[in-house]
Amino acid sequence: MIYAYSPLRRFGLYLGALLALIWSGGPFLWQLSSSFQLDRELTTGSPKFWPAPFTIEHYVNLVVEKSFQEYIYNSIIVASLTTLFCLFVGALAAFSLSRLDVRGKFGVLGIILSISMFPQIAIVGPLYLLASDLGLLDTYASLVITYLALGLPLVTWVLFGYFETLPREIDEAARMDGCSTLGLLFRIILPISLPSLVTTGLLAFIAAWNEFMFALAFTSSIDHQTVPVGIANFTNLYYVPWGDIAAASVVVTVPLIVLVLAFQKHIIEGLTQGGVKE
Amino acid sequence: MSLQQTATAIAGPRKGAGNPFRWQLVTPWLLLLPAFLSLASVSVYPILKGLWLSFTNTSLVTQEHDFIGFGNYRLLWVDDLFWNAWWHTITFTAVSTLAETLLGLAIALLLFEHFAFRGVVRAAMLVPWAMPTVVTSKMFGWLFDGQHGLINYLLKSAGIIKDNVNWLGSVDNALWTIIFADVWKTTPFMALLLLAGLHTIPKSLIEAARMDGARSLATFWYVRLPMLLPTLLIAGLFRALDAFRVFDLVYVLTGGGPADSTETLSTLNYKTLFSTLQFGYGSAISTAMFITEALIALGFCIFLYERLRRQR
Repeated sequence: MIYAYSPLRRFGLYLGALLALIWSGGPFLWQLSSSFQLDRELTTGSPKFWPAPFTIEHYVNLVVEKSFQEYIYNSIIVASLTTLFCLFVGALAAFSLSRLDVRGKFGVLGIILSISMFPQIAIVGPLYLLASDLGLLDTYASLVITYLALGLPLVTWVLFGYFETLPREIDEAARMDGCSTLGLLFRIILPISLPSLVTTGLLAFIAAWNEFMFALAFTSSIDHQTVPVGIANFTNLYYVPWGDIAAASVVVTVPLIVLVLAFQKHIIEGLTQGGVKE
Repeated sequence: MSLQQTATAIAGPRKGAGNPFRWQLVTPWLLLLPAFLSLASVSVYPILKGLWLSFTNTSLVTQEHDFIGFGNYRLLWVDDLFWNAWWHTITFTAVSTLAETLLGLAIALLLFEHFAFRGVVRAAMLVPWAMPTVVTSKMFGWLFDGQHGLINYLLKSAGIIKDNVNWLGSVDNALWTIIFADVWKTTPFMALLLLAGLHTIPKSLIEAARMDGARSLATFWYVRLPMLLPTLLIAGLFRALDAFRVFDLVYVLTGGGPADSTETLSTLNYKTLFSTLQFGYGSAISTAMFITEALIALGFCIFLYERLRRQR
């Protein structure tokens, strides 16, 4: 470090950092605390930050009353399949654009990007009619097929960006050894792109896990509804079950937060790379 | 390198030996085909179909689907509900984009400095971004609950308000509460984008400015801000286009109420499609949204172009 900060500036920095920390983490911590408090404690008029008495009744409610595990199961299936397909199709496209002789590749990339700019509400109606004609309403397939197309532009762009950073000498060496085009992709390029694949996959997974509007429109039963639809429909007849909602929020958010923190360096790179290029 | 040489170079020695030239020209496009098929069937086709539907009176209730020309658009032009939602959406987009950009810039400048626990703060910033929007909505519904919400309690304890404020149930406050929730959710992402932009500014420039005796504020105003402006505008554009489509937050927090005071174009559109089942009229709303988005993007691009030209 070249410049020493004055005490005043140092104080300002830490104050700002503390505010930023409370701003981003605070609301979720309150949700976490709420999820362990009894309903009557939550409605006393003087909230307590530390749950006392401590209870897990809201988590029990999730399983016993709301069958919340079924939504989680559906979400895991839909998001995992979406991620796999996105990575496969996106890797093929990005590899072709980066390594093979595609005329007008930046035009193709531009078109892929501009397709993702259309408001999603504009396609939900026609897609609903199409899914209805094909008998795909209330199936996993309708969601996976839709999410694949929604995730592809970002996945293709980020993978393309990563492939471009790999030296061309690798290709030539592989060719010399008699590697075919697909062999080059699957045996050479993809294995060394693992960090980027993990990040990109995680982004696609999170997008599919969090998506709400299409899931709301296309699915109608607990057999195929995903977590966001389940949580949105969480209302009891006479009161809002804030404790149960808080518990559900914690259950679906904590795994994401753990994943994101584990891969945070790659994610920030992947996100900002995609974002700046967009 | 001639085309044929390139093709053979790509081909590798063995594959397609019978007709190497043609096969190798096709391979790149074959690899792109799955992506094209996916985008064509799930994005391009529905968009065109939607455009067509907007000129019909398609309704799943009456089972009609006849071509009616500009009939839907004529209705839309005098539809108070539509213009009501249009203004809410524009307000939401303008205020939240501006707030997120300014706040994001402040946080980015903060995270650019060196201090202990910087990694912790940066990691915490990812929490709002990773959280499902539906969860964010429910969380703010609880925080801003009119009776037992934490925000009311804190504001009352601090003496800022005397009585509980009905944040989400009153016509005057609901839209602002939703904007606040959106700012919370997306500012971190903005900050990280701008932080990446700050890192691309050459350090030598800032050092040169300091050598010349420029204070922090002057360095920011005359060196960092102009260098960051393109990133700022592009990030702002993408945020604005995204904010314009706001759906989850509104649908879950207020459902458009009270008294349509938070109805936005996406929620109005969704209701027209899936509650009243008017697919023709709903598609006309989508098209109107799309036209507005295109105008916003055009405005940003003209501004960006002018700024960049003036800088040269």
